[in-house]
Amino acid sequence: MTAMEQPAVDLREPAGWRRTKNQIATTLMVLSFVVVLIPLGFVLFTVIAKGASAISWAFLTGGPIPPNVVPAGIGGMGAAVYGTIVITGLAALMAVPLGVLGAIYVNEYGGRGPLAQVVRFMSDVMTGVPSIVMGLFIFSIWVLHFGYSGLAGAFALACLMLPVVIRSSEEMLKLVPDPLREASYALGATKSRVTLTVVLPAAIGGIVSGALLAIARAAGETAPLLFTILTVTATNANVFSGANTALSTQIFANATQPYLGAQSRAWGSALTLIAIAFILMIVARIVTARFTRYSN
Amino acid sequence: MSTAAQADPAAPAGSAGPLAHRRPLGDRVFQILAAASGVLVLVILALIAISTSQQASSWFSTAGWSIFTVDWNPATNSFGAMSFIYGTVITAAIAIILSVPVSVAMALLLTEVVPRRWARPIVYVVDLLAVVPSVVWGLWGILVFAPWLFHIYNSIASGVKGIPVLDPLFGQPVSGASFFTCGIILAFMITPIVTSLSREVFATVPAIDKEGAYALGATRLEMIRGAVWPHSQGGVVGAVLLGLGRAMGETIAAALVIGSSPVITSHLFAAGYDMPAVIANQFGEASGEFRAALIGLGVLLFVITILVNLVARGVVERSARRKRGA
Repeated sequence: MTAMEQPAVDLREPAGWRRTKNQIATTLMVLSFVVVLIPLGFVLFTVIAKGASAISWAFLTGGPIPPNVVPAGIGGMGAAVYGTIVITGLAALMAVPLGVLGAIYVNEYGGRGPLAQVVRFMSDVMTGVPSIVMGLFIFSIWVLHFGYSGLAGAFALACLMLPVVIRSSEEMLKLVPDPLREASYALGATKSRVTLTVVLPAAIGGIVSGALLAIARAAGETAPLLFTILTVTATNANVFSGANTALSTQIFANATQPYLGAQSRAWGSALTLIAIAFILMIVARIVTARFTRYSN
Repeated sequence: MSTAAQADPAAPAGSAGPLAHRRPLGDRVFQILAAASGVLVLVILALIAISTSQQASSWFSTAGWSIFTVDWNPATNSFGAMSFIYGTVITAAIAIILSVPVSVAMALLLTEVVPRRWARPIVYVVDLLAVVPSVVWGLWGILVFAPWLFHIYNSIASGVKGIPVLDPLFGQPVSGASFFTCGIILAFMITPIVTSLSREVFATVPAIDKEGAYALGATRLEMIRGAVWPHSQGGVVGAVLLGLGRAMGETIAAALVIGSSPVITSHLFAAGYDMPAVIANQFGEASGEFRAALIGLGVLLFVITILVNLVARGVVERSARRKRGA
């Protein structure tokens, strides 16, 4: 064997054990995705299979919510659908404007200052506060003094949404290029004017889509509502006073019932809830695709 | 308002501001509104701490250190929280052990293996796990998943019968609702967040490090171990801790599938209880001292999750800063 026949550098694919190990690792990574698909497919299939037969126009809008022993097909969850939409909507009305304003403070005014850093950091921490703690908080500070109401539930959901909206909006404001701001200042605009008429419109696509995702998450929350809205079986149109009800709390109450009618209503409500979340998510994607001017 | 003074746009970071002495009233009002909204986060966090511990103070003061006993009996006004703390730790640990390998592997799959146009749909699918509400996981868990798991638990239990270590862990179950079922459901629920945080961490690895490893003839696995992993360890630890915080605070799914039995046992297939679940299940019928104890559990939960989150964010920020400095 001479030196001429032996290549100086081995440029072939790594052979043997090293190559096998690499293939095993790649296979495991792909398998991890499959492992996640199985429960997701399982839960979505079950909810659709069991929920679709329960859902009808009367189920979604009719009422009152029947007692647990009543078989499926009688009465409807109209009160719960109404409660979910109105309470979540009210929470969004509170959390989205405040969250966007908070993000404007953190990104446009605070910058790298200490207070803005603290607000940014604590918003991150606040996203980790368990939803049940928000329920206990609103119970202690509001329900004990003013009683159960849809408004109390909306407060609890708004507390959950606020830090999420702040952080997602801030990310979007960060993407707006500085020359845009500088050009507006050069025209003599005040800071609030620049923010409201130049920066915010430039980032609005991402902000709206982030807010919609936060709303979608909030709509499915149960724990913050348990101790704030209580439960009723007929629609309570007045969201500001008196006990109310929502799809999520109804599912929670029905899940442990041995009666097939109650379980069927739980599956129908679950499908409705997932459908609401999906619709909001799809709208968010459309908004992102249509109105995003700057993205990472 | 001192907050507004601190945020004076005369010295904003990075961008030019208008001349301070010519600012009209509306401009100032807007700034104060924005600052107030930002500070609202701090106010809410402080109010949560104050108002809930006020409601729970009678439990903390009368029970004292006996809050860390196992005896929980509303009929005799004894409220020891230890079995719930135990359940919270056990179920969160099971969730982390099951979820982290899968999440990290999936994050690596997304950043290092599949091309970009495939990564996006995969992310959408994984995020769907987070769109399924907690109560729907619980409903499915108790009516479909737990009865199915019960058969599997039974065969595992008969398989490990008499074997030391394994028998006390995986012994005969009574039903499908248990610590382990709860841990599995929590694992499903935290996988999207651990995956997306790990993915963000892996995405910060400089391309030049990876190309360097490949240029030395490394396989993809060797490149991940030599270039990606050392760079991302800190960030992944932070992601895991954030997942842990989520798992400990997750309420409704746990309340439905954990089995509602306040015990401390090594049997992972036994019915148990955890802090958020007992609050959700018993709060409705509670008043007086009982209610104070349940709100007190909420205070404990708040403190634990805040601490976990503070440490996690600290770890993430520190590793990010070290990387920037390097």
